[in-house]
Amino acid sequence: MYALKYDEDTCLKCRTQDCLAKCQYIDIDKESAKKEILKIAHGEDSSVLHDCVTCYACEEYCSFNNHPFYLIVEKQEELDIPPLPRPIIKRGIKTGIPFRGEPTIEKINGRALLMGAFADLMHLIQGKLFEGLPVISTDPRKMFHYFCQLMYLHYARNSVIKERLPKIIKTIAEHEVTEVVCFHDECYGTYTSYCPAIGMEVPFTPVHFFEYLYNRLLELKKEIKPVKLKVAYQRPCSSRLSPDKHRFVQAIFDLIGAQTVEREYVDENALCCGGTMEGQRREGSRKRTADLRRKNIEDMKNAGAEVCVFNCPACYNTLGQMLVQSGIRPVFMSDLCRVAIGEKPEGWR
Amino acid sequence: MDSVYEALVEIVGPEHVSSQPEELFIYSWDLGTTEPHRPDYAVAPRTAEEIRKIVQLANKEKIPVVPLGGGLSLAGLAVPFKGGILLDLKRMDDIIEVNERARYALVECGVSQGKLTAYLERHHPHLTHSEPGAPPAATIAGNVVIHGQGDLAHPYGFNSDMINGLEVVTPTGEICQFGSCAIGAGWFTLHPLPDVGLFLGWTGTTGIITKVSLRLFPCKKIRGMAQFVVDDEDLVPEVFYKITHTQMVEDIMATSQAIPPFSSELHHFTINIAADSEKELEFKLEIVFDDTLGEYIHKGDGGYLGFIRGLERPQLSKTSDWRKGGGFEYVGSIMPIEQYPECYRRGKEISERHDIPYTVLARCIGTAHAMMFSWTYAFNRADPKTIEHAREALHETDDLALELGGTIWKPGLYGQRLVMEKLNPNTLELMRKIKQLLDPNGIMNPGNWEAQ
Amino acid sequence: MMALADFEYGDTIHRCFRCGYCKFPVDWTDVNNCPAYARYRMETYSCGGRLWLTRAWLSDEIDWTAHFAHIMFSCTACKNCEAKCPLSFNVDILNMITAAKGEMVERGTIPPLVKEFLENIQRHGNPYGTPKAKRGDWLDGMGLKPYQGQDYLYYVGCIGSYDTRAQEIARALGAVLDRAGVSFGVLGVEEGCDGNDVNMIGEQGLFEVLAEDNIAQFKDLGVHRIVTLSPHAYNAIKNEYPCYEGDFEVLHYTQLLQCLISDGDLDISKGFEARVTFHDPCFLGRWNGEYEASREILQAIPGVTFIELEKNRESALCCGGGGGNFYIDFLGGSPDSPSRRRVREAHETGANILAVACPSCLNMLEDAVKSEELEDKISVQDISEIVAKACGITA
Ligand SMILES: Cc1cc2nc3c(=O)[nH]c(=O)nc-3n(C[C@H](O)[C@H](O)[C@H](O)COP(=O)(O)OP(=O)(O)OC[C@H]3O[C@@H](n4cnc5c(N)ncnc54)[C@H](O)[C@@H]3O)c2cc1C
Ligand code: SF4
Ligand code: SF4
Ligand code: SF4
Ligand code: SF4
Repeated sequence: MYALKYDEDTCLKCRTQDCLAKCQYIDIDKESAKKEILKIAHGEDSSVLHDCVTCYACEEYCSFNNHPFYLIVEKQEELDIPPLPRPIIKRGIKTGIPFRGEPTIEKINGRALLMGAFADLMHLIQGKLFEGLPVISTDPRKMFHYFCQLMYLHYARNSVIKERLPKIIKTIAEHEVTEVVCFHDECYGTYTSYCPAIGMEVPFTPVHFFEYLYNRLLELKKEIKPVKLKVAYQRPCSSRLSPDKHRFVQAIFDLIGAQTVEREYVDENALCCGGTMEGQRREGSRKRTADLRRKNIEDMKNAGAEVCVFNCPACYNTLGQMLVQSGIRPVFMSDLCRVAIGEKPEGWR
Repeated sequence: MDSVYEALVEIVGPEHVSSQPEELFIYSWDLGTTEPHRPDYAVAPRTAEEIRKIVQLANKEKIPVVPLGGGLSLAGLAVPFKGGILLDLKRMDDIIEVNERARYALVECGVSQGKLTAYLERHHPHLTHSEPGAPPAATIAGNVVIHGQGDLAHPYGFNSDMINGLEVVTPTGEICQFGSCAIGAGWFTLHPLPDVGLFLGWTGTTGIITKVSLRLFPCKKIRGMAQFVVDDEDLVPEVFYKITHTQMVEDIMATSQAIPPFSSELHHFTINIAADSEKELEFKLEIVFDDTLGEYIHKGDGGYLGFIRGLERPQLSKTSDWRKGGGFEYVGSIMPIEQYPECYRRGKEISERHDIPYTVLARCIGTAHAMMFSWTYAFNRADPKTIEHAREALHETDDLALELGGTIWKPGLYGQRLVMEKLNPNTLELMRKIKQLLDPNGIMNPGNWEAQ
Repeated sequence: MMALADFEYGDTIHRCFRCGYCKFPVDWTDVNNCPAYARYRMETYSCGGRLWLTRAWLSDEIDWTAHFAHIMFSCTACKNCEAKCPLSFNVDILNMITAAKGEMVERGTIPPLVKEFLENIQRHGNPYGTPKAKRGDWLDGMGLKPYQGQDYLYYVGCIGSYDTRAQEIARALGAVLDRAGVSFGVLGVEEGCDGNDVNMIGEQGLFEVLAEDNIAQFKDLGVHRIVTLSPHAYNAIKNEYPCYEGDFEVLHYTQLLQCLISDGDLDISKGFEARVTFHDPCFLGRWNGEYEASREILQAIPGVTFIELEKNRESALCCGGGGGNFYIDFLGGSPDSPSRRRVREAHETGANILAVACPSCLNMLEDAVKSEELEDKISVQDISEIVAKACGITA
């Protein structure tokens, strides 16, 4: 029913093969890249299907919006080449099953903030920045009714996404929302990139969390006191699905007077937190991930970062402890913004 | 006026004896499914000497004495089935000595697990004890009495194998010591004196332990927990064997439970790993997860879920609140590890029959010499039907544990009966004689281990 | 008479497993952090014991007895249990105990001392039964102004107004505020009881009357900001009065002093030479999350060597005075009394001053120092007095 909008012709004509040529995890030249991508398009086995760490980045690298990553995971599923071991996939798929009753639907008739599957992080959306903004998915027991499911790209289970997502969209729509500010940019990516790519309709307008924060900070500009911290940013995989919104990271930092450190692994070249890579079937995954994390944090440290700013709670969980050990403080973007307007987020000293 | 009451007041002081309905009510209840029975007196002694006098009094009056520690053993083991004196031992809670060099802690019987853990963390951070997953109010003595196992069970075995010395008040009121302490030496070894192992596993029917010298073990700077998951129960024993072969980890457990959904029909291993440096940690992770379990990962049969630094000690158990019911009880068994798949499958059936979401857990004891396999049944304290269901499920599980070739760990009365039916008759007879010899009036925790 | 089904917590009270986490301080150092359990060491006196007994009572499995009432009213409402119980209904466990006390009040089956406590407050506006006319005696010779529109109402409370020792700290604080140039006034004989402990005893009717009277009086006088001597009053005004449309900005005095000191409005350069440890009052700490103000004040005073008690902040052992126990004193009379345990703990730190920030703690702990015969080793002083000395104010 939902078919991926992928156009083989575009790849045939493509002269960059940026999707794979730029890939940080697969070492491949342009020529082979072309061969492999076409093999994949034809549903043939390809080394890429085995080696892809599902970092999402090729969605951004391809300047023709031809969805190489979605294609890869579709074919991984079709050809039964799951990136992760079977028990992890089963576990993940069951995680998203709501089992504690139905959510209460409050009609909103306007804009709302969607917490998705992070209802337990309500402490991150406190204070003036969020004043007057109704919130959807506030009960951790019911939050999987709002789970965007996109995580299953890491599991090569597009079928699960396609099966469950319409119900999730319906639940959100029942709140009668017009604009939906997505707390997690994986949700934002789902509704602005994945859904259009497979032809699934989204009856509301998603708003990127950082765009919202930026605009809200503009309204509160008078109250901003420069935070004067040296910051690094941990870009999450899902941000690759909305590269046009990535600029708000810098825009916010500029607005609140945070000083971005010069580092190697930023923007297009950002490194994955390793959350999904660590358990992958590909030989050496655990060790590679450990090295990757070390490299990432070393890079922040060498650049003089005092704080590592997060967008995604999953990245925060995987890297937080290591960062603290390295003397870098992990902090969510919204908390940093709160500090800038003189508020004291939970646990901030 | 009640002369026993007065005599007890004489021994421990008026504030530490009660025959008021409130204390008798509270001490009549176990936390599990066992029916309550009221004691006649609740007494909270402070010294072994007081206990000695209480036991002598009880012998004279021929009334039962039931020792109680944290009361967390959940199988009705300290329910005063025949009334008498309930001895709440938790006032005896001094940590008498920690010997850094011989690595032991000498504690009074009422010292809680939480207190010892906190004390060691604060004063002897490079030493640790094998802490059971019980709530921190459980006592050290109550735990060794029932052959408990803690988070060092894989490298070092049962907690009752970690005893370097005991002080015991016998049922006839003598204070005895066992181990090197008995000859006036330190409390550093139980062996090699003639063995009089008469107090462990007897659930307080042969005497009251008043002091325990417990072995401590090196505590490394980094301690944390890795997770590994498989979806095929038949793989579990193999994974246990492989991990234990590395001899690189501390605790190994496998769990499976119906709720939440992500744990249902999957088997999650938690594997505690300790290291003094990053180098040691990485080395151990590599040996265990790349070299030993890597084949499962690559084939796609097992998944590595990462390593988290820091252990929750003591553990916060929320099991009782799973269904907002305030209660659960489990059957524990000591079982060959190869029985994991059957234990799991059959247990799940029992749970489903009684409409209780299944919950099972296996903890490795020794280098895969055995496992403690438990089946947990939650109930709603406000709904007698669910308690009845849980009780039936527990009994069926006691039967199952023996059927599968295991032994029941800390059995309640029902399980004790099953075990005694199976016991070698000569052994049973010897037990009966020992009990008769030690406790001629049968005052100690009567009802338990009563060979007919 | 109320049955379990009608009890506000009838559908949750059975969820207590009696696992006993609630007996511990945050770091599990011992099982004595429920002050009532520490005193009696019978399971009945632990939080879980109270919950099981309450459930049994409301379902007619046990009858009311004086001993049962003693068990219930010995709870000081210190909130340690709430801080430690890991289960999601922990927010209600103390409410369950208080509601059970309330049911006893309702049925008229309460211990004589509790009855006396409540009647005194009802008749005289204070627990001691001293005439209302004497409420302003502590002010004699102080020259403090009655409240008439100043920035702050300085609310003293019953203990500070009547208890001889506590009057000293009420005066010390008055003098310090005066010295700092704070614009404030007092109510003197016109002051009423804040009702915090009445509320903790479960006498909701009386509490409502007290709260409503106070609110009406405050509003009439145009009060907007209040500074209290006692954390108990602070708690009632901050957390309960808003339910009766009493919305005031309220500070505990340590919070105000901390600001004054850090803004340089209070000259504390005379200093205070001592090794000082600090006992967190429950109604400042666990109830209202204020752990820092007192510490910052003490650490700012020249000459103070500050030493933490082993059990501090969320782990602090209650002095045993809450829930009316400073008067009914169901936990007194034994070396195991929480106040005596607490002063021994304070003595073990090597401090020679045990600082408090509450008139109830002051009373409880000072008596305990005497019982422990530690008078020449350690003395109890309120932060208001210590600050007064550091300002060079002599009594
Ligand atoms: C959530 C949960 C998790 C648990 N996990 C574990 C675990 O991982 N490992 C484990 O081993 N156990 C576990 N248990 C079981 C049990 O709580 C512990 O074994 C606990 O240590 C028992 O100690 P206790 O002080 O509560 O004993 P009690 O229940 O008070 O007593 C146990 C028995 O010993 C007798 N007894 C007590 N003290 C003495 C004494 N001084 N002298 C003679 N007899 C005495 C009693 O009469 C009774 O028969 C768990 C329990 C719960 C509720
Ligand atoms: S996916 Fe995009 S970048 Fe890759 S070959 Fe096709 S068009 Fe080029
Ligand atoms: S998702 Fe990442 S790892 Fe996979 S092919 Fe694309 S860029 Fe490479
Ligand atoms: S109140 Fe909570 S911690 Fe205390 S016994 Fe009950 S369930 Fe356990
Ligand atoms: S509030 Fe304090 S005294 Fe009352 S039960 Fe809880 S811990 Fe014990």
